[in-house]
Amino acid sequence: MKHKITLKVNGESITKEVDSRLLLVHFIRENLDLTGTHIGCDTSNCGACTILLDGKSIKSCTYLAVRADGAEITTIEGVAPEGTNHPLQQAFHDQHGLHCGFCTPGMIMRSIDLLKNNPNPTEEEIRWGISGNLCRCTGYNNIVKSLQQAAKEMQKEKEPAV
Amino acid sequence: MFKCKTSAAVGGMGHSVKRKEDARFLHGKGNYVDDVKLPGMLTMVMVRSPYAYAKIKSINKEKALAIPGVLAVITGYDLAQYNLHWMPTLLSDTQMVLPTDTIMHQSQEVCAVIATDRYIAVDGAEAVEVDYEPMQAIVDPFKALDKDAPLLRPDKKGQKDNHIYHWEQGDRAKTDEVISKADVVVKERVYLPRIHVASIETCGCVASYDKDTHKMLIYMTSQAPHAIRTILALVAGHVGLSEEKIRIISPDIGGGFGGKVPVYPGYVVAIAASFLIGKPVKWIEDRSENLVNGFARDYHMDCELAATKEGKIQAFKVKTLADHGYTDSSANPSKYPTGMFSICTGSYDYAHAFAELDAVYTNKAPGGVAYRCSFRVTEAVHAIERMVDKLAAEIGKDPAQLRLENFIKKDQFPYASPLGWHYDSGDYEATLHKAMKMIGYADYNKEQAEKRKQGKLMGIGICTFTEVVGAGPSKDFDILGIAMFDSAEIRVHPTGKVLARFGTKSQGQGHETTYAQIVAEELGIPYDQVQVEEGDTDTAPYGLGTYGSRSTPTGAAAAAMAARKIRDKGKKIAAYLLEVSEEDIEWEVGKYFVKGAPEKSKTIQDVAFAAYTNFPLGMEPGFEATYYYDPPNMTFPNGAYICVVEVEKETGQIDVKRFVAIDDCGNIINPMIVEGQVHGGLTQGIAPAMYEGIEYDDEGNVLNGTFMDYLVPTAVESPHWETGHTITPSPHHPLGAKGVAESPTVGAPPAIANAIIDALSPLGIKHLDIPITPAKVWEAIQAHSK
Amino acid sequence: MIPANFTYHKATSLKDAIALSQTLGEDAKYMSGGHSLLPMMKLRFATPEHIIDISKIKGLSYIKEEGDLLKIGSLTTQTEMEHSLLIQKGYPIFSDAVKLTADPSVRNVGTIGGNIAHGDAANDQPSLMLAMRATIIAEGANGKKSIPIDDFFHGFYMTALEPSDVLVEIQIPKHKKGSGGAYHKVERKVGDYATAGVAVHVELDAGGVCRQIGIGLTNLSSVPLRLSRAEDLLKGKKITEDLIVQAGTIASEDCEPTSDLRGSEAYKRSITKTLTERMLRSALKRATS
Repeated sequence: MKHKITLKVNGESITKEVDSRLLLVHFIRENLDLTGTHIGCDTSNCGACTILLDGKSIKSCTYLAVRADGAEITTIEGVAPEGTNHPLQQAFHDQHGLHCGFCTPGMIMRSIDLLKNNPNPTEEEIRWGISGNLCRCTGYNNIVKSLQQAAKEMQKEKEPAV
Repeated sequence: MFKCKTSAAVGGMGHSVKRKEDARFLHGKGNYVDDVKLPGMLTMVMVRSPYAYAKIKSINKEKALAIPGVLAVITGYDLAQYNLHWMPTLLSDTQMVLPTDTIMHQSQEVCAVIATDRYIAVDGAEAVEVDYEPMQAIVDPFKALDKDAPLLRPDKKGQKDNHIYHWEQGDRAKTDEVISKADVVVKERVYLPRIHVASIETCGCVASYDKDTHKMLIYMTSQAPHAIRTILALVAGHVGLSEEKIRIISPDIGGGFGGKVPVYPGYVVAIAASFLIGKPVKWIEDRSENLVNGFARDYHMDCELAATKEGKIQAFKVKTLADHGYTDSSANPSKYPTGMFSICTGSYDYAHAFAELDAVYTNKAPGGVAYRCSFRVTEAVHAIERMVDKLAAEIGKDPAQLRLENFIKKDQFPYASPLGWHYDSGDYEATLHKAMKMIGYADYNKEQAEKRKQGKLMGIGICTFTEVVGAGPSKDFDILGIAMFDSAEIRVHPTGKVLARFGTKSQGQGHETTYAQIVAEELGIPYDQVQVEEGDTDTAPYGLGTYGSRSTPTGAAAAAMAARKIRDKGKKIAAYLLEVSEEDIEWEVGKYFVKGAPEKSKTIQDVAFAAYTNFPLGMEPGFEATYYYDPPNMTFPNGAYICVVEVEKETGQIDVKRFVAIDDCGNIINPMIVEGQVHGGLTQGIAPAMYEGIEYDDEGNVLNGTFMDYLVPTAVESPHWETGHTITPSPHHPLGAKGVAESPTVGAPPAIANAIIDALSPLGIKHLDIPITPAKVWEAIQAHSK
Repeated sequence: MIPANFTYHKATSLKDAIALSQTLGEDAKYMSGGHSLLPMMKLRFATPEHIIDISKIKGLSYIKEEGDLLKIGSLTTQTEMEHSLLIQKGYPIFSDAVKLTADPSVRNVGTIGGNIAHGDAANDQPSLMLAMRATIIAEGANGKKSIPIDDFFHGFYMTALEPSDVLVEIQIPKHKKGSGGAYHKVERKVGDYATAGVAVHVELDAGGVCRQIGIGLTNLSSVPLRLSRAEDLLKGKKITEDLIVQAGTIASEDCEPTSDLRGSEAYKRSITKTLTERMLRSALKRATS
């Protein structure tokens, strides 16, 4: 059975017909051609498919596309205007927080939510906060550093200019 | 320490320049195989066996074919018409592409469903009816050698039992004699379990055959695209897939670690399907399909280490049983069925060693993947490093002291090991001393003594390993006869910018940055003006690919040599431009100048322009070079790792308090990237040490075939790694570099195991096999408290 | 991994959900967060023909104290529980548990009601419910009902909920002075299901005597398990270290674990003892601070 859904993806309003069983991750990757969101495990363990749904990080491999009707979705393609970096993207680059890049979009989407709820996390809070996102390459040291740098930058941005 | 020759702006060797490849990954614009979408593309999904050993009585396609959108169900019989149902492995064994009669391991491919989309293909796979006749699987490799064990491979001519091959190296008689006369001999069976690389991207491909041009374009998750192209041409040449018509593109790879070297049946079926149907066919493994295929390790090693009562090591002997699953599909160099296992004598100076190995068939998946280690080095290092610790415990000597007393000394390099390697360079004492100082070894010894008085379990573990990487010299190393050189092609454009192409293939190692840095080092052209390309067999020079830490030892060396060829040509052009003889021209980074008159000079950019516009009469125009580098020897990175743990008696929980890794990988191209590689390798070291291992039941069923139960460490399990370096350049590598990414994966497991066993030693526990889980620790404590 | 075909229905209200369930019959399943059900559907262990999405029903997401009760709306997500100041201050046992359940992104979607209604003894919330003696409020074709937690879990993935019943609210006796609870589980790695988990809730009177106690076990039987014998031992007494150790021994005897990848039966019994003792100590500490 087809369902017509209307949602906002990276700020753009989209209406599409989807099957009941279509997973959100496939909708994003295959129907919208936003291939920055990846599939790594199918069992909601690895977090490569993490996106923001109404501002909260979720695992799009374990969410039906039809349920996103009316929602606002942000994927890695939509976190910063073209040609610019979100502070987290900049920090991952500066701190060498990525190797193969496959987990990176999910890791960044999760980190956006983490820093929103905890703008100044400790190393332990960061490690627990990204515990649903597996990275096989970096050993996490530099991902932690990336979040620390981004947290600092984002705090600065919030402070009123003197 | 290494002194940079170039400015930060040029960014040659030794500069931690930021990675050039990052932007596309950070913006979600990476191009992985599953991102490839071609017009009319179909999807392929495999039907897989629920049984480990079974006869296939029938395969009924009808219900599947009745589903709208299911276009074909391909079986072994279909492939047999083209003689494509079996394929050779790299080590002269054979592997089924699709079976015609017998299933040899759980989750083996039974047949393939081709459909218009992923969802329909999965429904089709569900609807295929297969009638199996299950048989009693052989799971235990020791039982596979029983006299009455059923013959698993009657298809192989002359095969009378389940034994695949015997291998040995060293002097058995002399080693036995030394062991029999030694003051002290410690023995242990050390098992390294089956594990999986578990890259976050699984394997897959998109095969697209054009019936008009006869070109076969394949996007593939491959670490070795050129070698795969040749293999395909050899395997499928008879149906018309000629090598010049095959183009393999390895796009961005989401982690490889050795798991993306082999040819998996899925690739071959997808290629065959596209060939037959004439449309693009995509095949992407799901996680479970990935985890149950392509294993690494699975060595049972009976070790004996002999020493004087003072602790001078005299001899090492190891007898191994290797479980290869139903076929030997190890991705090893041809002459090395056991890879570089003979590095098992370690970092120590003694004269006698003997290693032997028997490989057997069982009803398990094939693999023998060189998982982030240069072909069985992890197994070798684990064996010797566990035994050295056991010796230290046996004679009551501090394990650091024992190692210091037995190390090969700095002035003994190049060192001929008892099993035939020529270690290039190292300063093992300095490396261990640095690690001891960094962690505060003496203080931890005191703390441990205190804690033991209080009945607390604290352990300190050391591993001082020697790796052997960079396969390899053509006289010894080949894959299917192809020598294991690697290549670089450098083109300097008229404006002085560079396109550099390589036979290797990065899977996250940062080649687009580090290779550019080498060009910068050699030519003085800023690294950000050097475009690096790899992975497209139509454009890149032939090379054997990236695995076994070979890109720096071979590819980077090729880059340096190609750049030097260009520099030499530039010298002639500079002489012509400056109107002096070539002998009067000198080079400093980025520019040629006249001896004794440095104000008379031409930059590399001036010379590049002249190479296309104003070159000496008779000279071949252009400014480019290709180099195929055949290394004279392997490189021998080494390191000293120290780990401190605390173990909770009641629950067996293990807390890794500190982990210090000092690596010596020779000269360093990019310290930031090297450090990152070490971090990642360390987490892949704690993984098998404490968490990962593929478990089978007695019927051969895999018990943990998803990430719910195959426990890849998260940021919480992964400690805060502390790293450092000593630098002993490789004497034979053009840049003095060695390769690094595998060292931490090799060195971390024994350091962690040694630490945990040290913590438990007051209870009388002398050995535990990895993964050392809390449950295993608890069981051991119970067994030793009775 | 892709679920088999089914038909999706969005319930706009509780009434709508119940009506849909009645029309569609037993082949329909409710889905709230979906993090228990959808993974089973992707593995094709569950193949419902209809999914009734109850996650969009308004008014079922709240955490509030009313009268003598703490009331939690069933669609409250685990993350909302984690961020609630009321929970953090008055009911830290929830914070203990939520932090160890799956991971933050899963907790953004997974609901407390779903965690309980799934009837999985491996989920963390059921043992907390047992410890705090919750009452489950459900609404279905036969109206609203209130189910004491001890009547709720019937067996492996089986609960007292009838097919049309929607779990709407969880009621827990309000935090009083002298009460406290704690939860911990041993897990193979962060976010894993429990190798063994123990929830303890105690209520002490002014003299420090235990007036009420609940001990619930996670993943130590095919159903969430109450440790009645240990509760009986401790109730009406001042809980001494000696009694704590006795309760631990009972826990190791009365739990019903099986050997699996997480460890042997003996190991699980042993860590259940240790965890029971530790959670009793933590709960007492919280009750008296």
